[in-house]
Amino acid sequence: MGRKILLENSDIPNIKSFDVFRAHGGYVSVEKALKTMAPDEIIEEVKKSGLRGRGGAGFPTGLKWTFLDRKSNKPRYLVCNGDESEPGTFKDRYLMEKLPHLLIEGMICSSFALGVNTAYIYIRGEFKYLLGILNQAINEAYKNGFLGKNILGTNFSLDMYVHPGAGAYICGEETALLESLEGNRGNPRIKPPFPAVVGLYDCPTVVNNVETLANVGYIVNFGGDAYASIGLGKSTGTKLISACGNINNPGVYEIELGMSVEDFIYKEEFCGGIKDKLELKAVVPGGSSVPIVPKELILFTASGEKRLMTYESLAEGGFESGTMLGSGGFIVYDQNACIVRNTWNFSRFYHHESCGQCSPCREGTGWMEKILWRIEHGHGNMKDIDLLISIADKIEGNTICPLGDAAAWPVASAIRHFREDFIFHVQYPEIVKNIKHGALYKYDNQD
Amino acid sequence: MMLKITIDNQTIEVEEGTTILQAARKIGGSVVPPAMCWYSKLEGSGGKCRTCLVKVSEGSAKDPRPLPKLVASCRTPVVDGMVVQNKTSPEVLEARKAIVEFLLINHPLDCPVCDQAGECDLQDLSYDNGKVSCRYQESRREFEVIDIGNLIKLHMNRCILCYRCVYVADQIAGKRVHGILYRGDVSEISTYIKNSIDHNFSGNVIDVCPVGALTDKTFRFKNRVWFLKPMTAHRDCPTCSGKVIAWMRGSEIYRITGRKDEFGEVEEFICNECRFEKKNINDWIVEGPTTLKRHSVISQNHYKEIKTPSIINPLKEKMEKQTNDE
Amino acid sequence: MSGQKINHILHQKQNIPICFSEAILQKVHKIIAHYPEGKQKSALLPILHIAQEELGGYLNVDVMDYIADLLKIQPIEVYEVATFYSQYYLDKVGKYVIEVCRTGPCAICGGEDIQEYLEGKLHIKDGETTADGLFTLKTVECLGACGFAPVMQINTEFYEHLTPAKIDIILEDLRLNATNDKHSDKTWAEKYS
Repeated sequence: MGRKILLENSDIPNIKSFDVFRAHGGYVSVEKALKTMAPDEIIEEVKKSGLRGRGGAGFPTGLKWTFLDRKSNKPRYLVCNGDESEPGTFKDRYLMEKLPHLLIEGMICSSFALGVNTAYIYIRGEFKYLLGILNQAINEAYKNGFLGKNILGTNFSLDMYVHPGAGAYICGEETALLESLEGNRGNPRIKPPFPAVVGLYDCPTVVNNVETLANVGYIVNFGGDAYASIGLGKSTGTKLISACGNINNPGVYEIELGMSVEDFIYKEEFCGGIKDKLELKAVVPGGSSVPIVPKELILFTASGEKRLMTYESLAEGGFESGTMLGSGGFIVYDQNACIVRNTWNFSRFYHHESCGQCSPCREGTGWMEKILWRIEHGHGNMKDIDLLISIADKIEGNTICPLGDAAAWPVASAIRHFREDFIFHVQYPEIVKNIKHGALYKYDNQD
Repeated sequence: MMLKITIDNQTIEVEEGTTILQAARKIGGSVVPPAMCWYSKLEGSGGKCRTCLVKVSEGSAKDPRPLPKLVASCRTPVVDGMVVQNKTSPEVLEARKAIVEFLLINHPLDCPVCDQAGECDLQDLSYDNGKVSCRYQESRREFEVIDIGNLIKLHMNRCILCYRCVYVADQIAGKRVHGILYRGDVSEISTYIKNSIDHNFSGNVIDVCPVGALTDKTFRFKNRVWFLKPMTAHRDCPTCSGKVIAWMRGSEIYRITGRKDEFGEVEEFICNECRFEKKNINDWIVEGPTTLKRHSVISQNHYKEIKTPSIINPLKEKMEKQTNDE
Repeated sequence: MSGQKINHILHQKQNIPICFSEAILQKVHKIIAHYPEGKQKSALLPILHIAQEELGGYLNVDVMDYIADLLKIQPIEVYEVATFYSQYYLDKVGKYVIEVCRTGPCAICGGEDIQEYLEGKLHIKDGETTADGLFTLKTVECLGACGFAPVMQINTEFYEHLTPAKIDIILEDLRLNATNDKHSDKTWAEKYS
């Protein structure tokens, strides 16, 4: 336990620069891939590694790559999804800031494997500062012959560009991202066809998350089996977890999949326990979209086993008692956190970020927010609670893209596990109206 | 190669590339899912309103597993051996009911003063699939009124964002000056700057609009559509086919629209001159009364033989039943 | 949560001549070259960022029409995009746009209090600009810096682990520097060199 793949070298001074990165074994995988491997061999290794998409859905990366249409004569594209906007998630930003070359290295290997000659890195507009960092790293890679025409003297050529978004959570959805990359509104496309066949500029396209692509260099260097030997079961490798909320040590941690949730929350080298010695109330372990679970269900499954940081263990019990690893945005709530307020907050987020294209999401997210606002501000009634569940149920599964599901799950799970909090809000509106929310008092004695 | 598809137990063979909805329309009758945003003559339309969701209970002959979610039949291509449920799936009916509710929560329900009433797809949809009561207690969305020219009236509050008018402007009416602006539930059809939608074929946005969001200013508040007699008419038009329906009362022409098929789609797009300027009976060669193929309030006029009172009574029963259910 | 009308008024074109400087124009053409021929519309988002920064701080109709012309697309296509993304400002803003994150993780760590503190300190509400035209205050959704909460961005620069005392210092610094021009190494155009 505790092996690192991505952040191993992150603390080396100036690892951001090409020379330092190269001196610590950087770009070795590109040499190996381009000079000694066939593209299909790389895809085979990625399949063997069991690497799963790190953006949230956890779809096997190797399998996704095999869907790419290789028969058409159109150019193929690789697009790196760096539109990290899921509340609670800030790992890709960290990775791109600390180790831009690790991403570029992974993207070169992936592009070679997929027969791609143009790759784009899509970053969210709020990450303007990353644009400079990435562009500088790309320029260095060009100068040193790892990008451009005939890389390392082979007949493989690759151009790479960074494309900034401009503030839209929905662009993290891969087809919305492609629309945005084409200069359009970020409306997700109707699928099928999938990007692997009709993607960017109607050409076959693979869209992968930053963390996913950053893992490819390691897989090329050490093989899929070596990667698969890390982690637990089908949750292979390591995962960047962005820990935030009411904990002592918020930050980005690379963990080997399979460690226990309890260790992650309470051990000093990770979250370091709950802030101000308070009690743990609830956790959202995979970014705001995944179901919130109370203390007893995040530490143990319904059947009493220790909950582990893996795709499977976190999902155990389905939506009744489980949740999801998602993007690894680990949000921790202490005993004082108001679940109703938090649910309203998330609901407002999804309402704000809905693209408005399909009716259930456009209308349903706003409806839920309005009801939750009423309950939180002391204007709710008992019928509202079940109405919320009904609306969430009707959005879920009926929308063009997963934003609808992402808006529905937090509401449904909060009511499932914390119904008494909602009832309290309805029963005691006067008390609820006078609660002072916020946490600034916590900072009064700092600095 | 022809592909076999079964929808609500009826099997048909269709060409490759046909969508489930198109296949259903070939079969006809109750297996046809309603469509509020898809329009066969507008490329890229569909997939948005979600009223045509159906259940694919067998994915294909090769892989008969069901698809995990309901799919938009308008944009899902038929695969050989597919088995689809529309009216026979309670899940589909439930989802459709939900979509109607979503479409109506912010709709002003101003049918009594809306020119579209009587030929409105949203009215039909809610009669067929909606509930009588409303669970929505919040305030309804209201937009500032904007003027888009002398011929077309925009009522943004009624819009369901089907995008059809945007496709019309893109595909048949030249330089587009209106579009979908902003996002989420405050997105709207607008020109952003003061501008009028005028192009030879811009009037077709009225015909494709499924609701009363885009209506004919030259017909505004002139009459209720069910009081008018639809007459097939034509003229020798240099710009379009000149094949229209003239909506008349006595010998007076109240409005001109394109000819529509049983699914409410125009057969041919007509030009603005025909639509807005030719309101004199002498402009047209009137062929005679037409039978509206579409099931709606307007089809209940003098020109259709009503075999059974198929609209009024079932509706009454349905409403009574639902009121009791609530 | 009120029943107010959605205030999407029609905007006015001023017919002011607008043009990027020669140096910026070169960068713009370099960005357009990142995309395949005929796909120049792809450059719209980055160019709008640059336009907003270089041509007056917000995207008025004249600026957007200029960009449409530059990319050979219809003006409405630019309006559609500019109104979709939250980082583009359609109306005049202050020299410094303060965007405070209020989404979940920031909220439980005091994000809402930060907003309240700023409102009190600047005597403006969400979306308003101070009388001296220096500060515009906006609440935004998740900025992707949840581990450093509470967080705000000022002209897309991150300020993290905020406290009232820290905010006082930040605002004072900005006021003092307001007369100086922005450091060019922080602009969108510069990030592309």
